[in-house]
Amino acid sequence: MSTPVRSESRVLTPLRNMGRALVFLFKAISRMRFTRLQVAETLRQLYFAGVRSLVIIVTCGFFVGLVLTLQSYDALARFGAADATSTLLALSLFRELGPVLTAILFAGRAGTSITAEIGLMRATEQLDALDLMAIDPMERIVQPRLIAGLIAVPALVVVFNVMALLGGVVYAVFLMGSDPIVFWGNIQNTVELGRDFGHGMGKSVVFGLVASWLAVYFGWTAKPTGEGVALATTQTVIATAIVVLFLDFVMSALML
Amino acid sequence: MNSSSDSTPAVQLRDITVRLGGRTVLENMTLDIPRGKVTAVMGPSGAGKTTVLRLITRQIRPDGGRVQVGDVHVESLKGRELGRFRRNLGVLLQNGALFTDLTCFDNVALPLREHTQLPEALIRRLVLIKLQTVGLRGAADMYPRELSGGMNRRVAMARAMALDPDIMLYDEPFAGLDPISLGVSLRLIREINHAQGATSIVITHDVDEVAQLADFCHIIANRQLIASGTPKELNDSEHPLVRQFMRGEPDGPVAFHYPASDLAEQLLRAPVR
Repeated sequence: MSTPVRSESRVLTPLRNMGRALVFLFKAISRMRFTRLQVAETLRQLYFAGVRSLVIIVTCGFFVGLVLTLQSYDALARFGAADATSTLLALSLFRELGPVLTAILFAGRAGTSITAEIGLMRATEQLDALDLMAIDPMERIVQPRLIAGLIAVPALVVVFNVMALLGGVVYAVFLMGSDPIVFWGNIQNTVELGRDFGHGMGKSVVFGLVASWLAVYFGWTAKPTGEGVALATTQTVIATAIVVLFLDFVMSALML
Repeated sequence: MNSSSDSTPAVQLRDITVRLGGRTVLENMTLDIPRGKVTAVMGPSGAGKTTVLRLITRQIRPDGGRVQVGDVHVESLKGRELGRFRRNLGVLLQNGALFTDLTCFDNVALPLREHTQLPEALIRRLVLIKLQTVGLRGAADMYPRELSGGMNRRVAMARAMALDPDIMLYDEPFAGLDPISLGVSLRLIREINHAQGATSIVITHDVDEVAQLADFCHIIANRQLIASGTPKELNDSEHPLVRQFMRGEPDGPVAFHYPASDLAEQLLRAPVR
């Protein structure tokens, strides 16, 4: 039987960690500086976090579109509504799947690498060295990665959506013989730029901030050991997935 | 930091008490570092040598006492004042702590680019001169992973002296070095101290190297400063703890074994798990 102290710590510890992570984010934002060196470092991080995530985003996007169209086409065809497949595909992608899946894939690809990099920098005293050279590690290490994530995720969401639509076209038009004019026409008639695409992009900005924030936070607070860094990378993926899914529900409810 | 006269110590630690993780590391310890000299801070493992370095750099604050570097009361520094203070310190950390994603050149150039408005052409010349001093100008475009541990530490030395600091601190600079790298490091620390007119503080437990390098030594053990003097004076000391440390004897006031229960009793006891 669990003791009251233990159950109290089960509740309080995550709350305390959330508080610490929020304080960390406010500190990072309040100490932002935009010098020439900072901009150059942000561009470098944008390459590592964004460009190097393209392979997984392109591949997953294409197959998600393919499978989603396959299942929707099969289900809708039973009711004689196979033409509505493209509408279902586009709305699911723009509103939910694009931002959510991209953020989770970003956490798995770039977030873990950011966490491991910062954790190892702590373990090898590189963060101490910056501090001792009177260079603020928050400015030099945290800020460029935060901004890079904030820019990279929305851009990757667009790539993901385009690839998923392409997957949909391949299945519906080329394999099942749907009329391409009907396929694109239905999307144009039903998808609203602001309400559907815009809201999805708004979500992607929030998810980009969450994914990069949690990645730098867990790296920053990782214990300076092999085990500590391994644990921190795992926490990054789990925490990002949970927070993104939770925020997705909240934002969807508010936006509808 | 240079405003004090030459006779006053460069660094003064007064009645310092430090507790870390519930353990008292230093207790009411007083220690002076003379200006313009190479001073070694020695002691057995876990005696608090690195704690002294971390106090001087204000990585930690003492629980009691005062740390003064020149005219600056270090323990009360924060924010921009701390940044200004640290620009006058050059610190060589134990493993060099070079940035692995930057070349040797960029590692050394980093403090110059961050803290000066010098044109890139001048920074290039300064960096090449610093790398030449440590004998690694030819490795300027190489990454730390392509160099040996000793070479990494020499690049870190070049980075530490990039801004010509008043005080150079070296944390275990001889640990794990081969004889050639060790000889080079000894010569470099001496030369840097002489050329820059800096005060050098070497945290180490290598007695033989200290004898060749240091002008002055402090030995810390059992939370206290137990002896100070020139390497020769400490070598000749009859203080039992100093003698045990300088001669590397296993038996003496400093216990070799970590506190534990009786060996025979523990071996014969049935395993708990």
